[in-house]
Amino acid sequence: MVAVSLFGMGAAQATDITGAGSSFVYPVLSKWSASYSETTGNKINYQSVGSGAGIAQIKEGTIDFGASDAPMSGEDLAKFGLGQFPSVVGGIVPVVNLQGVQAGQLKLTGAVLADIYMGKIARWSDPAIAALNPGLKIPDNKITVVHRSDGSGTSFNFTNYLSKVSPEWASKVKFGTAVEWPAGVGGKGNEGVSQYVRQIPGSIGYVEYAYAKKNSISYAQLQNASGKWVQPNAETFGAAAATADWASAKDFNVIMTNAPGDQAWPITATTWIIMYKKSKNASHTKVAFDFFKYSLEKGQSAAASLDYVALPATLVQKIEAYWASDFGNK
Amino acid sequence: MHATVSNDVPSAERTAEAARNAKDTRDDRIFGWVLKACALLVLLALVGAAGSTLWLGWDAFHTFGFGFLTSATWDPSNDQYGALVPIMGTVGTAFIALLFAVPVSFGIALFLTEIAPQWLRGPVSSAIELLAGIPSIIYGMWGLFIFAPFVAEHVKPWLMNNFSADPPDGQVSWLVQHVPWIARFFSSEYPFFGAGVFTAGLVLAVMIIPFISSVMREVFQTVPTRLKESAYALGSSTWEVVWDIVVPYTRTAVIGGIFLGLGRALGETMAVAFVLGNTFKFSWSFLETGSSIASTIANQFGEAQGLQRSSLMAIAFLLFVVTFIVLLIARLMLRRLKTKEGK
Repeated sequence: MVAVSLFGMGAAQATDITGAGSSFVYPVLSKWSASYSETTGNKINYQSVGSGAGIAQIKEGTIDFGASDAPMSGEDLAKFGLGQFPSVVGGIVPVVNLQGVQAGQLKLTGAVLADIYMGKIARWSDPAIAALNPGLKIPDNKITVVHRSDGSGTSFNFTNYLSKVSPEWASKVKFGTAVEWPAGVGGKGNEGVSQYVRQIPGSIGYVEYAYAKKNSISYAQLQNASGKWVQPNAETFGAAAATADWASAKDFNVIMTNAPGDQAWPITATTWIIMYKKSKNASHTKVAFDFFKYSLEKGQSAAASLDYVALPATLVQKIEAYWASDFGNK
Repeated sequence: MHATVSNDVPSAERTAEAARNAKDTRDDRIFGWVLKACALLVLLALVGAAGSTLWLGWDAFHTFGFGFLTSATWDPSNDQYGALVPIMGTVGTAFIALLFAVPVSFGIALFLTEIAPQWLRGPVSSAIELLAGIPSIIYGMWGLFIFAPFVAEHVKPWLMNNFSADPPDGQVSWLVQHVPWIARFFSSEYPFFGAGVFTAGLVLAVMIIPFISSVMREVFQTVPTRLKESAYALGSSTWEVVWDIVVPYTRTAVIGGIFLGLGRALGETMAVAFVLGNTFKFSWSFLETGSSIASTIANQFGEAQGLQRSSLMAIAFLLFVVTFIVLLIARLMLRRLKTKEGK
């Protein structure tokens, strides 16, 4: 106790740094910053204002780091002298309301999921679904599609996945934080979607894994890029982060969905931290890197307790090498 | 000596009085300016807000032209936007809200001023004022978790059985077979789902009842007892007193109260975003899901950029326009009532 307070006095020149952006990363970031400021005295103020607003603020240079669920393009990064790296991994899962179907029982492929979201598969008795689920008794409901009504990183990653597995989706609907949904109703936020799914028999939605788990809504398993059936959990999310094609991308500009690898969950997402490569405020940047080093290396248990997955060690090494090469942070 | 003094004092008094008068005039003028500035500030804020939304939304108006008002598309990935669905949703939900809120508020206000025993008036009035103080997100959550499922289970099936062309019980009602168009207002793509324009309108009704009823109650109290008692003395029933004395006496203020509630219904954001379903498909039906201007902005503003952001600003400006048109209609109605009175 005495040691802690002495240490606190020793770090009298505590620095407060500010970040803003994605709400996806907010719970884990605030947990990390709490334990980080306990040991160092430095405070991280994070405003969960949405990825778009986070990017806008870092471009204006009013904050020390931004956080976005969608990566910034290489051009934009170069134009503003910014760099970006992933921070934490989470999974997005399709959730269904089908009487008698337990969590993880229903099997769906990406193509079938895209057809459902296009409104082309309109009933659960459709042969395409039956063929994937021999022996599973699925009630013959009409399918009600539920999507997010607000612009969100969850929608960005989900629609990005559908674009990768369905050429028709890629040409007609495309992907983004908000799109023109061909079918269904929109719930506000993860809680809105999970609540709609619980209320409508025969509905299908998509939420962050933590929400499905907390609200015990039954989720589906998916076939990944290498043809294997996978359940959503920490191992499969971590596998996707490890096997995603980081090597060939500059500034970690890879959207992780449909990652290769036998164990990879196909709709895995990350949040990118965006910072200036040439520091505008050296002392703040130093604290920021110190904080992210702490979270990447020691933040696993905090992440796991909130159903996020810390980045695999191989990726952390790559990020730290990137800091050294691009930001001059050794 | 004496004379000079007696001459002197009044002149000193006179200068003092003149000075005081000058000071009063000056103070009055300053007071007038301050008041004028207060009034102008409101006008300035209004013009500024409308102007800045128009300016920021100019890009959208310029890109889509008049089609912005008539297009039902809202497609962020291809950057195509139209305001028709949000405008219809805003007007539709507010209309339903008024349809239910006005008669109920009228009843509450009359009960409290004319019929309720003295001991009941205080508690009921405070309860209504408390309702007005509940934050709208609470109404949204209540609507999403409790009211929407209730509508889906009890209200919607009844409405669809009686008024829609595709009823859950399979028997198309006499009304639908004989009245054209009516089924169009009661169709539903998701019959077992509670959220939609109708549900949002009902939630809004609960939210605006406190506003309308408290204004009505206040103005009903201003009716002189003399007038009412004369009418009672002539043998009028309570209803006749209300309809022929109280309502005409307070009409302007009552309509003002209704429009205060309507203003809130048009601009309500959070509660509507949770129970409207947030779809951008055009439909005439009250039972379908939809979008309102305020809910669309709340949903998409955080992540919007470029033309999408500009389109959101443009519909914010249209909300000003819709509200202005509604107020204008109210004024015209009042004027017509007055001219009729003269005849």
